[in-house]
Amino acid sequence: MTGFATLFAKEVLRFWKVAFQTVGGPVLAALLYLIIFAQALGANARVFDGVPYTAFLVPGLVMMSVLQNAFANSSSSLIQSKVTGNLVFVLLAPISHFEFFAAYVLASAVRGLVVGLGVLAVTAWFVELRVAAPLWALAFAVLGSTLLGVLGLLAGLWAEKFDQIAAFQNFLILPLTMLSGVFYSIQSLPAAWQAVSHFNPFFFMIDGFRYGFFGASDTAPATSLAVVAVSLALASALALRLLRNGYKIRT
Amino acid sequence: MREVEKRYGALRALAGVSLAVRQGEFFGLLGPNGAGKTTLISVIAGLARADAGSVAVMGADVSADYRRARRMLGVVPQELVFDPFFSVRETLRLQSGYFGIRRNDAWIDEVMHHLDLDAKADANMRSLSGGMKRRVLVAQALVHKPPVIVLDEPTAGVDVELRQDLWQFVRRLNRDGHTIVLTTHYLEEAEVQCERIAMLKAGRIVALDTTENLLASFTGPHPGDLEDVFLQLMRKH
Repeated sequence: MTGFATLFAKEVLRFWKVAFQTVGGPVLAALLYLIIFAQALGANARVFDGVPYTAFLVPGLVMMSVLQNAFANSSSSLIQSKVTGNLVFVLLAPISHFEFFAAYVLASAVRGLVVGLGVLAVTAWFVELRVAAPLWALAFAVLGSTLLGVLGLLAGLWAEKFDQIAAFQNFLILPLTMLSGVFYSIQSLPAAWQAVSHFNPFFFMIDGFRYGFFGASDTAPATSLAVVAVSLALASALALRLLRNGYKIRT
Repeated sequence: MREVEKRYGALRALAGVSLAVRQGEFFGLLGPNGAGKTTLISVIAGLARADAGSVAVMGADVSADYRRARRMLGVVPQELVFDPFFSVRETLRLQSGYFGIRRNDAWIDEVMHHLDLDAKADANMRSLSGGMKRRVLVAQALVHKPPVIVLDEPTAGVDVELRQDLWQFVRRLNRDGHTIVLTTHYLEEAEVQCERIAMLKAGRIVALDTTENLLASFTGPHPGDLEDVFLQLMRKH
């Protein structure tokens, strides 16, 4: 357990030592989104009945930040350690593939949740937020950040260069989060795009998290939670298998 | 290690290597670039997996019983690698933790003292010179007091002072009972330090004997010179 606990602590310390960049930066970005979108589009956007657009936007921004930062943590840590070669210190140690997996993923979830709390603390001043079902919100935040931590781990294992991680982030994670209903309710989309949205796992995470605040969502929260849980189980099984085989880290 | 084979695509990095290093020995692993020295060390350390054959460290199989095998081993990697987020002391504490040791400051202080790192204990790894980083690598390999220490070209690009300090420290560890496995391109170092030497070429052991016997068994323009023995052996095989 000490090996796992140390690796977990190291991964948390790694982002915490540069918190201005890893926590402060994303919080500021979310605040800018809120100001721009709420001010420029707020009057025209149509979301859930009785929910002002700014209030609708806040949980979406929180969850988007949680997901993006959880992914960034494991992916950037792993690719940095691979490229600079200091991953060898972990590989030489008597740490099992499961401990390795758990340490990287949980530290990523912690970063996602810390950033999420930061975004919530800053943006909550602008709106009157109610939290209708806090346990649902918590469940989606924890499962979502864990899932993105696993996806970051997979990307970090696969990538051999920094630009491959950047491509993963820019061409997969960013579009999937942007098109997941952070800024709009999918009810306002044409039927075809609504259907397409249901193939985006990020939609279920955002929608489910939002249910925790308003008690209203585009999809039933239990369905969303099931989609997230199954995605997490599949991604974890793949990551554990790759780690056990030493994929791209042991030759 | 028994009949260890390792391939990288078409390249046969290790072509059936069998070798037994005795407990407490100062053992040298020599060979030209690409002979398989680092691959051999990687297989022992679990960084690479053998395609065939078996390796055990003090009786612990490096694959089936990897936790015990890795606790027995302290490896000083060839590359000057470090984590730029941490200080020297933090680096050593983390490495202790990876090996399951929580409160290890007394030993960490002792290792830092022997490697002349006390003054740099709280300095960030990024700020250290190459020589100092090399000392930290050695300290990292020793935090869990491993009985077997593997040094992969530890003196490559190292100045005279550090080289002498390093050898003094490693000889002391050897006297205290640690088994030392060394790879180096500096044959005079191997000649002075090692009791036994294995020479590798193209993934095979081409000579394995005591340093004394190796020096005596070859005659050339410079009798008793390990470099001469090395060159003769490499030409022959």
